[in-house]
Amino acid sequence: MAVGEVMRMEIPAGGDLSVTSPELHVLAVDDSIVDRKVIERLLRISSCKVTTVESGTRALQYLGLDGNTNASDLKDLKVNLIVTDYSMPGLTGYDLLKKIKESSAFREIPVVIMSSENILTRIEQCLKEGAEDFLLKPVKLADVKRIKQLIMRNEAEECKTLSHSNKRKLGEDTDTSSPSSSSSSSSHDDSSSVNDFPSSKRMKSESEQFSSFL
Amino acid sequence: MDTLVAQLQRQFRDYTISLYHQGFLDDQFTELKKLQDECSPDFVAEVVSLFFEDCEKLIGNMARALDQTGNVDFNLVGSSVHQLKGSSSSVGAKRVKGLCVTFKECCDSQNFEGCVRCLQQVDIEYKSLKAKLQDLFSLEQQIVQAGGRIPQVDI
Repeated sequence: MAVGEVMRMEIPAGGDLSVTSPELHVLAVDDSIVDRKVIERLLRISSCKVTTVESGTRALQYLGLDGNTNASDLKDLKVNLIVTDYSMPGLTGYDLLKKIKESSAFREIPVVIMSSENILTRIEQCLKEGAEDFLLKPVKLADVKRIKQLIMRNEAEECKTLSHSNKRKLGEDTDTSSPSSSSSSSSHDDSSSVNDFPSSKRMKSESEQFSSFL
Repeated sequence: MDTLVAQLQRQFRDYTISLYHQGFLDDQFTELKKLQDECSPDFVAEVVSLFFEDCEKLIGNMARALDQTGNVDFNLVGSSVHQLKGSSSSVGAKRVKGLCVTFKECCDSQNFEGCVRCLQQVDIEYKSLKAKLQDLFSLEQQIVQAGGRIPQVDI
């Protein structure tokens, strides 16, 4: 991982990959002050570092994607996950998602969309554009825990892939394909467990279809 | 013989249950309580406080918009209603949220009288919830001051 490296994980020389989880840094975007307070708490209680911003524009500024920030400011940010509301004035969550996925520096950062409206076409549109998941508001602790597990698992698999290609340690069939395909395979794995979570709002069959585009 | 703490705890439990049963609160309020702990002991009170400030602001916006006689921007009213619906949903303010659903329908059909009625109802409802939650938090404080623990109430 070079440009766009989003998470440094200490991989001990012994090859043990059960990393004591470094904190995820989450950028939460929502125009509602109430929702920002709630999502911040949900994430903090799930042991994440949180930065909240009130708009898509602010989010882009924070990431340095608004064209105003010096490139050298970018490397301190290390955002591991972006969680954004869909309906916001100005830049919608969908617009923000697109801008992030268009950016070579940030396209690897998983983006989760939140919405109070359960509109299938909206969900499909977001997943197709590369959203990691779609949460129906009001967001609950179980939703955040699930997302965190998903992200941590993706990151661990990515590191495992790099570790295998670097060390060739394990005898099992290693998947040395690119990180993006390993993350989509873990999304596949996850969608079967999605049905276990009553609070999951991911449309299983549709998301499986679109996961293959990721 | 009932100690003061036991009496207060019973009052707290009964009051909490009644708020849920009468539809003032829903399970999202329960979710918020899960997020409160020794490190963040006032979390719920802080969130609802932000919510009530939000209510005041949004209701003010709606009132101003509805006041533009002959030139009411129903989209503007609708947008404020949408925001209020969102935040009431996030805190578990069930009745306020329900009123917002009706209110949104009136906006969408540009029903002026309906909107005015809904505005009045939403105003009354949020203030009523505010008073009830203040009573609930006050009971919590009394329990703690009397040396007791706030009971976990299973709805």
